[in-house]
Amino acid sequence: MTDVKKIIIDNQEIEVDSEMTLIQACELVGIEIPRFCYHERLSIAGNCRMCLVEVVGGPPKPTASCAMQVKDLRPGPEGQPPVVRTNSKMVKKAREGVMEFLLINHPLDCPICDQGGECDLQDQAMAFGVDFSRFKEPKRAVDDLALGPLVSTNMTRCISCTRCVRFTSEVAGISQMGQTGRGEDAEITSYLNQTLDSNLQGNIIDLCPVGALTSKPYAFTARPWELSNTETIDVMDALGSNIRVDTKGREVMRILPRNHDGVNEEWISDKTRFVWDGLRRQRLDKPYIRKDGKLVSVDWNEALNFAAESLLGKNIMGLVGDLTSTESAYSLKKLVTKLGGVVECRTDGSKLPIDNRSGYVGNANIDDIDLVDEIFLIGSNPRNEAPVLNARIRKAWSEGANVHLLGPKAELTYDYSYLGSDRSALRKLTARGLKVGKGRSAVVILGVGALTDADGAAVLGHVMQLVSGTNCKLLVLHNAASRVGAMDVGANNPKGISDLINYDVIFNLGSDEMEIPNGPFVIYQGSHGDRGAHRADIILPAAAYTEESGIFVNTEGRPQMANRSGFAPGDARENWAILRALSQKMDVTLNFDTLGQLREALFIEHPHLKNIDLPLENEWRNEMVGDLDKGDFTFAIKDFYLTNPIARASTLMSELSAQTKARKSSRIAAE
Amino acid sequence: MLRRLHEEQPRSFSFTRENKVWAETQIKKYPAGREASAIIPLLWRAQEQEGWLTRPAIEYVADLLGMAYMRALEVATFYFMFHLKPVGNIAHIQVCGTLSCMLCGAEDLISVCKDKIAPNPHQLSEDGKFSWEEVECLGACSNAPMVQIGKDYFEDLTQESIGQIIDNLSAGEIPTPGPQNGRFASEPKDGLTSLMENESGRTKFNGSVQMAEDFKDTIKRINGTEAELVTPWLQSSGKKTSQLRMKKPKTFKSPRKSVPEDLSNLLGLGEKAKIELNNLGVYHSSQISKWDSDEIHWVHSNSSGSLSLNKLKSFVEQAKKLQTNKDG
Repeated sequence: MTDVKKIIIDNQEIEVDSEMTLIQACELVGIEIPRFCYHERLSIAGNCRMCLVEVVGGPPKPTASCAMQVKDLRPGPEGQPPVVRTNSKMVKKAREGVMEFLLINHPLDCPICDQGGECDLQDQAMAFGVDFSRFKEPKRAVDDLALGPLVSTNMTRCISCTRCVRFTSEVAGISQMGQTGRGEDAEITSYLNQTLDSNLQGNIIDLCPVGALTSKPYAFTARPWELSNTETIDVMDALGSNIRVDTKGREVMRILPRNHDGVNEEWISDKTRFVWDGLRRQRLDKPYIRKDGKLVSVDWNEALNFAAESLLGKNIMGLVGDLTSTESAYSLKKLVTKLGGVVECRTDGSKLPIDNRSGYVGNANIDDIDLVDEIFLIGSNPRNEAPVLNARIRKAWSEGANVHLLGPKAELTYDYSYLGSDRSALRKLTARGLKVGKGRSAVVILGVGALTDADGAAVLGHVMQLVSGTNCKLLVLHNAASRVGAMDVGANNPKGISDLINYDVIFNLGSDEMEIPNGPFVIYQGSHGDRGAHRADIILPAAAYTEESGIFVNTEGRPQMANRSGFAPGDARENWAILRALSQKMDVTLNFDTLGQLREALFIEHPHLKNIDLPLENEWRNEMVGDLDKGDFTFAIKDFYLTNPIARASTLMSELSAQTKARKSSRIAAE
Repeated sequence: MLRRLHEEQPRSFSFTRENKVWAETQIKKYPAGREASAIIPLLWRAQEQEGWLTRPAIEYVADLLGMAYMRALEVATFYFMFHLKPVGNIAHIQVCGTLSCMLCGAEDLISVCKDKIAPNPHQLSEDGKFSWEEVECLGACSNAPMVQIGKDYFEDLTQESIGQIIDNLSAGEIPTPGPQNGRFASEPKDGLTSLMENESGRTKFNGSVQMAEDFKDTIKRINGTEAELVTPWLQSSGKKTSQLRMKKPKTFKSPRKSVPEDLSNLLGLGEKAKIELNNLGVYHSSQISKWDSDEIHWVHSNSSGSLSLNKLKSFVEQAKKLQTNKDG
């Protein structure tokens, strides 16, 4: 249906989709148009006027290229393609004029502004502005806002681009922010100075083209040119958001999103963005051994010897935690299997089917959500389990998709039709079918919270039966970054974690979300002194996710490579290396000496992991439709901000968690 | 001017019953899902009811329209016609300060306001009865300088006359709006110089002043009980409204005895109108004489527009006379 039109931009002729705006067409020919308010993932505002271009033969004034569509350009008198100029005298003058106006009220406080060095206004003033101002009147000042512990405001710097207002209302789905007043007195405010009630609010820091909204935790700690950037993958949820970790020396200073259309677009959740202070606290930096009931620090040699001793000839179970890379899970599996033990990664007790990838991943991709007409959420609250995915569902909803929820009632950022909270509702739905209508498509998003009860396998069976034979797709929404990767390498025990108590030794590789019953001897390998370490008899300090390279397979089954942005503190080592060293002590040496060799071995056994960034198409295989129990479904996540040891170590995350609780209880009190 | 919500706010707001009905019909003007379009009239009515726009009023209107509070606040802070602070409980005087008025002495009027009311715009007078502000052009330049008080314009003012108006208002009287120097409307000060023939039969006041005199509602708050609610947009939904009821009169396919009456003996009924009426199936004055008001409306809305309601009414009167003559 799309109509292609020919236009000439700066003497380059190009054929573009006529629904494109001029700014997009210019980008296609490689011309960058300066802009402040325009953002390709937000609605068009057209209020900064920085993107002015000249349309030859059009009105004798510059045109805002972000708001003008190619189809609205008139052809020349003999039908010649319309001509757009981005480097003419008119454009230069227009840009200089706009720049001068924008700078009229902008304070010259770049030396004390955190945006300095990565500021759009700074850069564009250098590139397109003039070096003088004719403005001699007093500048205006604007009151700052109290947006909460994440976003620091300096509203005098604001140029009223309204990107933050558009993001919060369109993507994050909250309505607190707006622009009040008019003219010189226009100000961006939140209603009655409320704090923002969203776990995506950190994105407005990135969106702000000036220093009006900056990161509060990062404030005044580094300049962008001092930071080394590492492109890596987030592990705070199972979405596998693409992130950039900025480090100064050995410290992580901040975390920013990277663009990936198929995964996180360019948003990340607040937990992903601000968890980094948890990387500095509660760290395990020395090996410990429990002697007479007390943990004493020892050196690596002693710790490994003791571990080897206690593992030898024992009945062993390995546990794979939520933040563990696929390589580490693979190494643990190799080691424990050689010692005759079993490994399990489903530490939340979920009944994910072993060896059936269509059952534990599903067959839908994340970006399928954009195109479907119906979205069924079963036992899943994506607002907590994957906030960025939730933003994508909201996008689909605002473009007309219907959302249905089966599970406890949840406060989502979109309207949904409620199908019921318990098993009988699922039974009814399975009997009725999805009924999406001819030519319409649907995706079922199944939260792992629905699979953790005793009848988890039956729930999955019902859902798979619901989906199979239709043109609908299934997406299993995990909440642990490691889970799909560990399932892929077969870190499974048919009995799951139910018979934990029967093993002599538990090798706990970073699993902190479960209680290990008294009895077994526990070796904990991980990065933080959390629940797992407290229960441990031997602690082997390991690297956190920013400190080692590893493959993480996200909830849609897309393997992605995380990179190392720094070194682990103290004596902590990379996970695979610890396991390799331990295997040597036990004379069952694993057949790799480097991470490269480890990956080679891994790829031979599991070749799909080699295809970094390519989700595998899973062969559909229905699971048994067992008998459902009774009772309501539960969501997998109780407290969004405290789902893993790194987040629990972060003071900021505790503050946010407390704030959310307070907000909830005050809302209940008000009702 | 920085516009923020007032520090002291009442606890609650709700529309009077009549205003609520009015608001609901306003909302129905817009298609489902676009209720927010009615925000400005509703905020305005809320302001009319209380004199100024309170936070509870903004939230009440937002709830009524299913909007986020912030979106309603954005509208309320954008338009200067919305008062976010209390105004005088008798009157808020809006002095036009734009070019013509300023040249003709708007600044003198402002100095009276400063003197008699409060030194600053938007500040309440000590007795709380008045407040004033300078506004942009109100479009009455030929009667400059002027002020708007409540619903009415007071034109051709002097320091004395504005002072007198304030005193009268303070004493509980409702002054007569319009030109205050004896002019009828915006004609030249010394009388008409052209189109003199239209001057004959002039009423005491011009139209808008006469209306203000009749209703005496210059400073009265609108509470929904005043004028009848005209809601033509509800017709399609099948609801009966008080006005514009229509009924099809009795018509014929062809004239009786196949000979149409010469309708042009009714005064003002020309050849064109005759054809129109014939097309509608009206051939005889006896038909016309039986029309009631609903049927007149039907004929009016079914004709091409050359037949005004007043014309039709006069036809009915004449036809009635003709009939009685015939019968008698």
